[in-house]
Amino acid sequence: MIEVKNLTKRYGAKIAVDNINFTVEDGEILGFLGPNGAGKSTTMNILTGYISSTEGQAFINGIDILEDPIKAKKFIGYLPENPPLYMDMTVKDYLNFIYQIKKVKMPKKAHIEEVCKLARISDVYNRIIKNLSKGYRQRVGIAQALIGNPPILILDEPTVGLDPKQIIEIRTLIKKLGKRHTVILSSHILSEIQSTCDRVIIINNGVIAADGKMNEITQNGGNHITARIEGTRDEVLRVIKAIPDAVSVTAEIEAEPGAYDYEIICKDDSDIRRELIKRIDSRKWTILGLKTDEITLEDVFLKITMGGDTVFTDKPKLTEKEAKERRENIESSAEAALTAMRSLNSLSESDLPEIKSEKSEKSDDTEISNEEEKSE
Amino acid sequence: MSAIYKREFKSYFTSPLAYIFIVVIIYYTSRLFVNYNVMYATADVSLIYSSALQILTVIIPLLTMRLFTEEKRQKTDQCLFTAPVGLFSIVFGKFLAACTVFLCGMMIFVVYALTLYGFAGALEWILNFGNFLGLFLLGTAYIAIGLFISCMTENQVVAAILSFIVNLLMFELDTYAVQEVSNPILQSVMYNVSFYPRYAEFASGILSIPSVVFFLSIIFVFNFLTVRVLERRRWA
Repeated sequence: MIEVKNLTKRYGAKIAVDNINFTVEDGEILGFLGPNGAGKSTTMNILTGYISSTEGQAFINGIDILEDPIKAKKFIGYLPENPPLYMDMTVKDYLNFIYQIKKVKMPKKAHIEEVCKLARISDVYNRIIKNLSKGYRQRVGIAQALIGNPPILILDEPTVGLDPKQIIEIRTLIKKLGKRHTVILSSHILSEIQSTCDRVIIINNGVIAADGKMNEITQNGGNHITARIEGTRDEVLRVIKAIPDAVSVTAEIEAEPGAYDYEIICKDDSDIRRELIKRIDSRKWTILGLKTDEITLEDVFLKITMGGDTVFTDKPKLTEKEAKERRENIESSAEAALTAMRSLNSLSESDLPEIKSEKSEKSDDTEISNEEEKSE
Repeated sequence: MSAIYKREFKSYFTSPLAYIFIVVIIYYTSRLFVNYNVMYATADVSLIYSSALQILTVIIPLLTMRLFTEEKRQKTDQCLFTAPVGLFSIVFGKFLAACTVFLCGMMIFVVYALTLYGFAGALEWILNFGNFLGLFLLGTAYIAIGLFISCMTENQVVAAILSFIVNLLMFELDTYAVQEVSNPILQSVMYNVSFYPRYAEFASGILSIPSVVFFLSIIFVFNFLTVRVLERRRWA
C-alpha cells in the first residue's frame, strides 16, 4: 500500500508537485496521467526515494521513505522513464547485479529465469544490452524492476518510444503483473491508462486534478448524445436547445439528404432522450438514429489540462467545399492507415473493417448555445 | 557494496580504461627500470617510484573521471539510488574498485623488486615496502579526490581536468607554502596538508604512522564529502 500525504516538491521558486494526497491499495493498478512536466516523474522519484520531498510524507507499506529508505525501497520495483541500463553489461550480468544490490533471498537462477520468461527476454539473455533494440531494452528495464518480486511496481512511461506491437505486448505484461503486484503506471498516453488501469489520477501543474475509477472520471465529464434527425436544421437546433438539461448542441454536416447529426452535450446524470423524442415527434420530424456516447478519458484529460472548456469547444464553421475536402482527406487517411496495417500485420482483407464513404464526417459545424436560445 | 564493487571493477576491464592505465604505468616505469637499474646493475628502486609519482598525478584522474559522471549521463544512478543500498556502500564500492585497478597497475613494482632480488641477490626490503606503501596511499588519496570531483560534475573531461589540478595542488602545496606564503600559520597548515612531505617519509624508508593516518583521513574525508554531495542532491 502506498500513502502520500501533503507531498510538495519545490525546485527553487518552481513548484513541481503541490500538496498532493492519494492512496494506492494493494493489488490496484493506478494510472498516473498528466501532460509532460505535470509532476508525474517527480512524484514517482519521491515515492522511490530517488529524490526527497520538500514537504509531506510518502509511506510505502507503512514505512516513511525518508525515515527508513532502505527498508521502504525493498518493497519497490522501479522502471524510470529511461531504463537505467548499463550498456556494457550483458542482460545476464545486469540482472545478476540487480539481484545482488536488491539483496534478494530467492533462489538466484530460478528467480532470474522466471523474470526473464515473464518479461520475454530469455532469447537475449547472453547479449550485451548496448546491442539490443529499444523494445528489448525496455523489457530488460521491466525485468530489473521485477527482480526480487517486489509487491509494488512503479513504471514511469513504460511504453514510450516503442512500436505499436511492442506497446500492446508491454500493456499485456503490465495487466498480467497487476494481478500479483500493486502497480503505479505513469503515462501521457490516454488509451494506455484506459486499457490498463483500474483507477486514474490526473495531475496537472503539480496538482491532482482528478482521482477516481475510470467510469467515475468519465461520468463527471457530462453526457453526450448523437441524434440523426430529419427536419429543418435551424428549427431542430432551436427545439433541442430549448430542452432544459441540454448544455449545448452542434449540427454537423448533412449526414443523409435532409437529415443532420446533432451532437448534444447534456448536464451530468441527466437523460434527455425521452424529452427529445417527444419534442421531435410533436413537430412531425423523424429521428433516424439516436445514440449515447460516453465522455472519454481523452475528453476529461483535455478539459482538465487545457482549461475546462475544451470538451465542449465551439467548432469553427466550415463551408461546404471545406467540408467536402475534409471528408476526402479523412477517407484517404483511413485508406492509407488500413493499407499500412495490412502490410504490417499481413492480415487478410476479411480481417479488416471496410472503409465506408460515409457522409457523416464532420464538417459544417453550427453551434448555438443553450443560454442564447433561452435568452431569446 | 560487493555487487557495486564487482560491477565497477569488471566495467574497468570491459572498457580500454584499465588496460591503458596499466600499460602507461608499465611503459613509463619500465624504461627507467631498464635504463637505470638493469644498465647500471643497481638495486636502488627509489628512482622508479619517483618517476611513477609524476605519471600517477596525470593518469589517476582517468580512473576516477567516469565513476559518477557516467552514472548521471546514462541515468543509471536511478538504479543505484532507488535500490535498497546505502549511499556509503555505493561510494565505497566504487572507491574500492578504482583502488583495485590501481593496485593491479602497481603490481609491476613487485615484479621489479623480485627481478632485482633475483639478479642482485639482495634488496632493501624496507625501502621497497615504504615506497610501495607511500605510493599506494598517495594514489588512493588521489582516487578519493577524483571520486568526489566526479560526483560534482556531469562531464568526464571536466572531472579529469579538475582532479588533475586538485591532485597537483595537494601534492605541491608545501612548495607553494614556502615560495608564496609569508603568514607562518598558513604556511604551516599548507605544509602539513601537502601530500609530498608525507610521501617523502615513506620514500626514505620511514614507516610513519602519522602519515598513514593522514592519508587514511584524506580518503575518509573525501569519501564522506562524496556521500554528503549525493545526499544533498537528493534534497535539492
